Amino acid sequence: MGAIARLPAAVTGWLLAAPLVAVLAFFLVLPVLTIVVVSFWTSSAYSFEPDFNLENYEFLLTSPVTLSVYLKTFSYVILSWTFCLGIGFTVAYFLAFHVRSLSWQVALFLLCTIPFWTSNIIRMISWIPFLGRNGIANTALMDLGLIDAPLEWLLFSDFAVVLAFVHLYTLFMVVPIFNTMMRIDKSLIEAARDAGATGFQILTNVVIPLTKPGIMIGSIFVVTLVMGDFITVRFMSGGQSASVGRVISNEIGLLQYPAAAASAVVLLVTVLIMIAAMLRAVDIRKEL
Amino acid sequence: MEKRPRSFYVLAAFFALFVLFLYGPTITIAILSFQGPQGGLTFPMNGVSTHWFANLFQQQAVGDIWGAFRRSLALGLMVMVVTVVVAVMGGLAFRKRFPGSGALFYLIVASLIIPSILISLGVGLIFNILEWPVHWATSGFGSQLTWTLPFGLLIMFAVFNRFDKSYEEAARDLGASPWQTVRHVVLPIIAPALIGVALFGFTLSYDEFARTLLTAGSYNTLPLEIFGMTTSVTTPVLYALGTLTTAFSMVVILGLLGIVWLARRRRARLGSDAGSGLA
Repeated sequence: MGAIARLPAAVTGWLLAAPLVAVLAFFLVLPVLTIVVVSFWTSSAYSFEPDFNLENYEFLLTSPVTLSVYLKTFSYVILSWTFCLGIGFTVAYFLAFHVRSLSWQVALFLLCTIPFWTSNIIRMISWIPFLGRNGIANTALMDLGLIDAPLEWLLFSDFAVVLAFVHLYTLFMVVPIFNTMMRIDKSLIEAARDAGATGFQILTNVVIPLTKPGIMIGSIFVVTLVMGDFITVRFMSGGQSASVGRVISNEIGLLQYPAAAASAVVLLVTVLIMIAAMLRAVDIRKEL
Repeated sequence: MEKRPRSFYVLAAFFALFVLFLYGPTITIAILSFQGPQGGLTFPMNGVSTHWFANLFQQQAVGDIWGAFRRSLALGLMVMVVTVVVAVMGGLAFRKRFPGSGALFYLIVASLIIPSILISLGVGLIFNILEWPVHWATSGFGSQLTWTLPFGLLIMFAVFNRFDKSYEEAARDLGASPWQTVRHVVLPIIAPALIGVALFGFTLSYDEFARTLLTAGSYNTLPLEIFGMTTSVTTPVLYALGTLTTAFSMVVILGLLGIVWLARRRRARLGSDAGSGLA
């Protein structure tokens, strides 16, 4: 091991990073390159062959289905993002500025984090008894006399899809926003108060601008998770709604690999454009 | 102490509702998994029994739950160990800039935000073209690492950004070799964070669905098995399985968090005693 000491820093760095590079090269870079290559291939009945044609893209980009599926997915993104941000910001703000002891902050923060380490599929299944036709929500609303017949749009609907997204992904907002808020120098807030700012002015003029990096990181998470999702949409809509991810997963199911690859490339490009737009506002590396 | 403003109570109520929103559904299916043998998927409870749990231990009509559980457990442990080792090495590498470190950083971020279905599809295609059989322990394993490693690395970056280098300098001044410094100084200091990385590695693998979908091969992992059940099973046995898996996750999560807590406490206690032996 003494030999390491004599190696130049660059070599040590590369040796230490080598396993990481190997995993990412084979399971991240190569898969993406393969998808790009295969998207130009042609598919026969049960197989696919090397080729160079643009048919997959031509079909994809001229199909009216593509546009409507993207619009649907964007609507999921916008709704989920809005709710995740609103709820996530409020929760993080409470934890960072209203909970006074560090132990309580850590305990309550962990309370919010624990569901993230449990199964998403089971968390989706968990909504059935709540939202179902004879579920808790419908029963309660009927007992209160607010509705006469059970609401059919609670489960297996777009409402359920967005609800599940918010349920699953709000945490991705809470963590980075809480993280940035904890680093705000409390004396800045005192200074604002001494200068006569109201609580609301402090929020809009001090807290929100300083929390922007956390908001951006959380937004990138939520937007990319919702853009690429196929399982939440399928389960919570009862198979009735389409999203970009579901189209890809259906094409895979039909063994239309070149078509799926072309759809995946378009999805990736869309997601990258969205992230690039968001990244302009923040340098992630400073936030760790 | 300053009197709490009214906004505190409003926000505290909001927070309580949020926690209820997070945990309520899971608690609901935990209750419903104790449905009587004639009970359905929603309230009211039709008696109370452990019928549906017993059902899980009997010969299964559909699928192979326990085989899937064993595979998920083995895969989770594999992913956990590799995530910890690779993330620590990566974290150490990133303490100094090296040629390509900027590009590698962006690759790590890319791994975190790339839609999971692309990994699933891409890895599936590679194995298909190379005519290798997909298997949870090869293609599934690698695909899951692209999700767990970035989390592990982000934790390591955060840890090393706050790391006090004077401990290492002291070790070096005392004549420790670089390996001895890492082994006896750096690793013990970052140990609690490593348990955190292990927690991410295990739980994210144990629950992973999208990246394993096309890469697990003919033997399902537990989440794949459960998803398959959602289309065919319409009895509370689904809830019983969900409750049992969640309970298992909880034991792992709380166990690991408990270890972190004990390690921190021990350090605080021993740390405050430092030097008292000399007095």
